[in-house]
Amino acid sequence: MTAPKRKPHPKDTAGEKSKAGLETNTPKLLYDGAEWDYATVDKTFQAIEKIALDEMGLDVYPTQIEVITSEQMLDAYSSIGMPLMYNHWSFGKSFLRDEASYRKGRSGLAYEIVINSNPCICYIMEENSMTMQTLVMAHAAFGHNHFFKNNHLFKQWTDANAILDYLQFAKNYIAKCEERHGKKEVEKILDSAHALRDQGVDRFTRRQKLDVAALRQLELDREEYERSQYSELWRTLPEFKPKDSQEIDQIEKDLAHKLGLPESNLLYFLEKHSPVLENWQREILRIVRSLAQYFYPQRQTKLMNEGCACFTHYHIMNRLYDLGQVSEGVMLEFIDFHTSVIAQPSFDSPNFSGINPYALGFAMMKDIERICLHPTEEDRDWFPDIAGNDTPIETLKMAWENFRDESFILQYLSPHLMREFRLFNLNDDTTKPHFIVDAIHNKSGYKTVRSALAAQYSVAHLDLDIQVTNVDLHGNRAMILTHNMANGMTLEEKQADLVLCHIQRLWGYDVTLNSVDPNTNRITKTYAE
Amino acid sequence: MMHIIDRRLNPKGKSLSNRQRFLDRAKKQIKRAVDDALKNRKISNTDGGERIKIPTEGLHEPHFLGDMRKGNRDRVLPGNRDFMPGDKIKRPPPQGAGQGGREGAEDGEGEDSFQFTLTRDEFLDIFFEDMALPDFIKKSIKEEVIHEYQRAGYKKQGSPSNLNLKLTMRNSLARRLCLHRPRDEEIAELEDQITALRQKTPLSPKISQQLGVLLETLETKKRKRRVVPYIDPLDVRYSSFTQVEKPNTQAVMFCLMDVSGSMGEIHKELAKRFFMLLHLFLNRQYNKVDVVFIRHTHLASEVDEETFFHSRETGGTIVSTALEIMQQVIKDRYPPDDWNIYAAQASDGDNLNSDNAHCQQLLTEELLPKCQYFAYVEVWDSHEAEMFPDASNVTRLWQTYDEIRQTHENFAVKKVTRAEDIFPVLHDLFAKERKSEDV
Repeated sequence: MTAPKRKPHPKDTAGEKSKAGLETNTPKLLYDGAEWDYATVDKTFQAIEKIALDEMGLDVYPTQIEVITSEQMLDAYSSIGMPLMYNHWSFGKSFLRDEASYRKGRSGLAYEIVINSNPCICYIMEENSMTMQTLVMAHAAFGHNHFFKNNHLFKQWTDANAILDYLQFAKNYIAKCEERHGKKEVEKILDSAHALRDQGVDRFTRRQKLDVAALRQLELDREEYERSQYSELWRTLPEFKPKDSQEIDQIEKDLAHKLGLPESNLLYFLEKHSPVLENWQREILRIVRSLAQYFYPQRQTKLMNEGCACFTHYHIMNRLYDLGQVSEGVMLEFIDFHTSVIAQPSFDSPNFSGINPYALGFAMMKDIERICLHPTEEDRDWFPDIAGNDTPIETLKMAWENFRDESFILQYLSPHLMREFRLFNLNDDTTKPHFIVDAIHNKSGYKTVRSALAAQYSVAHLDLDIQVTNVDLHGNRAMILTHNMANGMTLEEKQADLVLCHIQRLWGYDVTLNSVDPNTNRITKTYAE
Repeated sequence: MMHIIDRRLNPKGKSLSNRQRFLDRAKKQIKRAVDDALKNRKISNTDGGERIKIPTEGLHEPHFLGDMRKGNRDRVLPGNRDFMPGDKIKRPPPQGAGQGGREGAEDGEGEDSFQFTLTRDEFLDIFFEDMALPDFIKKSIKEEVIHEYQRAGYKKQGSPSNLNLKLTMRNSLARRLCLHRPRDEEIAELEDQITALRQKTPLSPKISQQLGVLLETLETKKRKRRVVPYIDPLDVRYSSFTQVEKPNTQAVMFCLMDVSGSMGEIHKELAKRFFMLLHLFLNRQYNKVDVVFIRHTHLASEVDEETFFHSRETGGTIVSTALEIMQQVIKDRYPPDDWNIYAAQASDGDNLNSDNAHCQQLLTEELLPKCQYFAYVEVWDSHEAEMFPDASNVTRLWQTYDEIRQTHENFAVKKVTRAEDIFPVLHDLFAKERKSEDV
């Protein structure tokens, strides 16, 4: 992928006219030079908004732009980009690491951070030049913002209205716990909960909306219920009566049903059923779980989200230029930056670190635009429903709304783009001494490459499938976890053992984890605590 | 719709409490790193923070990961040049560069040590940790330099409260004189004349002409008064003040140490901590603290810090040689009138028996009268201390010094076996100083 081309551009027809009048209309420039101030930012925002809403018809949350310093940007980094966060040493650790690598100049800082909230909060850095601020506003305040508000995953799994309140609640709650139970105790629970963050996500059930007031009420209700259920008589244990095996089987089955086994959300399971946790500890698990859930859609739509934002900023910057609102110098600065963002080093380059979601995302969006406007014969074969429909923005908006990375690639990655990126699929069977080039960007390979790439973005590939499958509540209360292996991949042993220690802390009794091959249903490897 | 908010003025250090939590968490490793750093640090270098590197054990955040060395997977890569379907590529060696290696690092968080910088305060906190310093001492040592405002001439800008009236008025007067600003009296006189003329009736043409001239002159003068103001911004002067560091007299600190073979690494380590702590205390009191290192066996010499701590000498032990050198250095470079002299001596207590009397004489007659404070620490390692728990079992040098202590207030002797024994030695000194400050 090289520098963006200005030639086959849909807007050029519209642009020619306004450009003809450009020479006489230079005072229309929104700004000049690198310096920015609030008035300029405001004026530019309005110009961008006009294009984004009136021309592109984007649908966004109101925006709140917050100007911050680089130091504050580092702060924001360490709390996963959120404006407020509960305290934990791991955030201090990542702050120190980011700070060190920033100080050494090993890594730069982001130009913006955008938060999926209503109003949509965009952090912009004070060091940015005015062109950068323009770009960042188009990118974050409209691109990402539109995506957050419209993509079905975000709509279904996150609640932009409540997140800031919830973070505030979480921060206060954890601070309160620290006061009451000591920092050490809270830290232990958070450590364990963080280790299971990736396994604390509901993947298949619909998420309930967060409501802070109701949550607090629920918490009170739970406590009240326990109080009312407490009975002095329970202190004396009932006598043990041996049961026959059939009876036990039946009880086990009922129990599994009651516990909702198998359960893939480990944090949820521990929160609800752990025999050793106290109420406040369960609440902390719930907090970690809720935040993991909030970030879950972002992991599944990274490529689309960035593609959408890059397409939006590219489109808007070009429109501003067409309308004579920014100068050629600004465009040059913009294109220089844009090109470096969407650069895709090839696999053998020292800079290669996987497929750049900005690059592929942007290229796919532009490719869809091309297919809509100037389809080739090949495109008509592959995409009969959109080729040549002349409504690129509408087509894109539909895609942004209804797809996630996996399905988006499966649906829209065109042979044209596979050739352009020169994609090939490498099969890596660790039992063999060689990698095998499975398919390349040719006629017989397109479908294989496309589905292999889509599979890389699938839930199954991104997340390990680990479930609670059995709990021996009548015996020693041992918990059995099952890891259904994908592609014959077992777990990294050292890490798994450490995580198991954490699960054991939360569960209080023995925990065993088995890696199971789903094809044969045989246990390949057992990690016992 | 858009709001823009400037967050730049928000309080900084949002992640400070997280940093504190991290430091608590990593305490053991940091402590070890700081102790290592101390060995390489110069005594006088206690001002800056410290860059330390700690291993990540216990700081790891584990999570379930797939084992990249197992299984069968596809990977789509960009940038194909000449591969065709069915091509085989040899697997790169596991540790080497290339695909496999990089991926391992990416997923496995390939970090086995973690480097960052402690601030000065954090460094000192950890440094003090096992010395059992009372909090108020810690605080006062960490206190920053005290500044004082001093007059520094005049300037043209400033706050109204610093307006220098005298100078402003002088400038104003000078300017008014030079520019011939009509004085109040002149105007009054003219006005009187005009009134007088006006009262004359009837007005002869001569008088009315005179009146015209006078009115014109008045008008001119009034205009001039407006043009040349009484006080012009040009005249205004403000007193200027600059911040200067509070003047403090200077101090010199003598570090004396026995470096004969009997002093092991542990002894030196303890001695170094003692010297460092004394230096910190002195630094708080004085702006400038010179450090002189004198080592001795049966011969003594002034050396640099590196040699002082790290090189070994063989030979007997004659303490008085070091005292003589100290006396010489004081005579040559540090006249007691200009310098506050502190001395700290560390030894394992060995001395040539016949030398003790000489030492006593040197100290009582020459050195102690010149010194603010002389501290002697006898370093024992814990084995020795266990072997001779009895208080009566003391070295000759100790006996001698103990006698001196009884007659001299500014002399302290102390046996040190662990780091926390060090502070009490200095405690007396500062208890005394606080008293004198109160007076």
